[in-house]
Amino acid sequence: MNKPSALELAAAVRAGQRSAVEVVEEHLDAIEAGDGAIHAFNLITADEARQQALSVDRMVAEGRDPGLLAGVPVALKDNLCTRGIPTTCSSRILEGWRPPYDATVVTRLRAAGAVMVGKTNMDEFAMGSSTETSATGATRNPHDVSRVPGGSSGGSAAAVAAGFVPLALGSDTGGSIRQPAALCGVVGMKPTYGTVSRYGLIAFASSLDQIGPFATTVADAALLFDVIGGHDPADSTSLMRPTPRVLSVLGDGVEGLRVGVLDEYMDGADPDVVARVRQAEAALVAAGATIEEVSVPEVRLGLSAYYLIAPGEASSNLARYDGVRYGLRVDAEDTAGMNLRTRSAGFGPEVKRRIMLGTYVLSAGYMDAYYNQALRVRTRIIEGFDRAYRRFDILLGPTTPTTAFPLGEKTGDPLTMYLSDVCTIPTNLAGHPAISVPFGDGDGGLPVGVQLLGPALSEGTLMMAAAVVEAAAPPSPPVLAPVSEPEGLR
Amino acid sequence: MASLARLELSEEELDLFTGQLAQVLDHAADVASLDLDGVAPTAHAMAVTNVLRPDEPRPCLDRDEVLAQAPSVEDYRFRVPRLLGEAP
Repeated sequence: MNKPSALELAAAVRAGQRSAVEVVEEHLDAIEAGDGAIHAFNLITADEARQQALSVDRMVAEGRDPGLLAGVPVALKDNLCTRGIPTTCSSRILEGWRPPYDATVVTRLRAAGAVMVGKTNMDEFAMGSSTETSATGATRNPHDVSRVPGGSSGGSAAAVAAGFVPLALGSDTGGSIRQPAALCGVVGMKPTYGTVSRYGLIAFASSLDQIGPFATTVADAALLFDVIGGHDPADSTSLMRPTPRVLSVLGDGVEGLRVGVLDEYMDGADPDVVARVRQAEAALVAAGATIEEVSVPEVRLGLSAYYLIAPGEASSNLARYDGVRYGLRVDAEDTAGMNLRTRSAGFGPEVKRRIMLGTYVLSAGYMDAYYNQALRVRTRIIEGFDRAYRRFDILLGPTTPTTAFPLGEKTGDPLTMYLSDVCTIPTNLAGHPAISVPFGDGDGGLPVGVQLLGPALSEGTLMMAAAVVEAAAPPSPPVLAPVSEPEGLR
Repeated sequence: MASLARLELSEEELDLFTGQLAQVLDHAADVASLDLDGVAPTAHAMAVTNVLRPDEPRPCLDRDEVLAQAPSVEDYRFRVPRLLGEAP
């Protein structure tokens, strides 16, 4: 991909060498030409984008600095609230809803001069690993439109991979940034819990949800993280500690860095994926890091614990969709009937499944055996990681066990779908950061993602190591030229 | 369970979900069967407690903007169908 990076675009716009309007028109043209085949976007906000670009250009003309992301087009996952602009979570129940406020990340993007071009497709309420549970239809992988982009932030990953935008935001509850980043061949980072404000992120599982960046390069992801991170009084779980600034430390290198290769993640992965992780390992050694295998057996319990905790939190969070204050209402004689009809008509099958599961694991008589037990397992997983981080600075493994799978392959079997997040979930349970870096291709020419994991607030170290891995990565497989009507697809 | 979750499911949905949820719970048996007596549960990985701010008046969301998003409104309030009257 020879498109300019976000850093290059911002530098050119700030220096007055390129106009933000010209930059945004170019990207809007690319979206218009290519998104028919990909469906990365639920909504394109061209008019608002042009207005933002105009005001950036005006600031430059007046000699004022528009900010770190001056004129850089950014796509937003459709679970981030944008004032007056529809925000749907790819669900019928929020169809047409226009939030009365902006998410904190949106406010920060605007203040940094970014130009927001639209809302990206996602699994309904971020529940899914392929973007196929979206009520607006699946997003396709730009590397092969017969395959999924991953999920739940599949639209954001695909938008960056297709070259529609240099940057996008997603949210990661169990891997929803890193997994689609890996399957689409882009960089995706899940920050430490509490470093990026969740204010205005529509809640799925509040103790796990975290907003993070998608980009084509590690440096661009670092830039976006620097803009959106930091304490926010509007989010009571926002950390009071200073958030690591990462862009400035990117070039520091990995001399003497202790890297552990996580056995449990390597064991379950396909050979073509493992081969790429081994190559990344060699690159880190060549750059001066030390490598050793490490076992954290507790992570094997992550998937089970997650599918008790996340649905429990979701069933509680999604109780607010009752047809009273916003979104869909299906009328009935009384309010209880209206609630029931609204929810039954508004939620899709995967959301209903998870609400049912969550209601069950939180119900009297089962709560201790399932939900509370899962919370104890969560403690064990954190202890396991802590043990590893006494010996290692960061851990390394695959982001996903396989490359992108065909559309429709796993939709009939939820458990198999859930297994595609087996290498990403433990990080969320521990509240830690992790980053997926594209590293060449696997069988069939599909992108492979290498995952770097670290303890809380280790973003700087992770990004440094990610930059070393990126520099050694084999060329990414090509993105297919978008065609308007993909063959074999409706 | 569906009525607790305020969902009305068709027979087909019930059949499908019952099987699929049983599968997920079977998978979770590894967690349910562990002996974790004495292990403290973790509800939040990054513990932040009792976040307070000065109790000062501040602007809130714009009332008209919020109400404009409601399915039904009367006299600046959310209007809903009958609440009481018949046994649930």
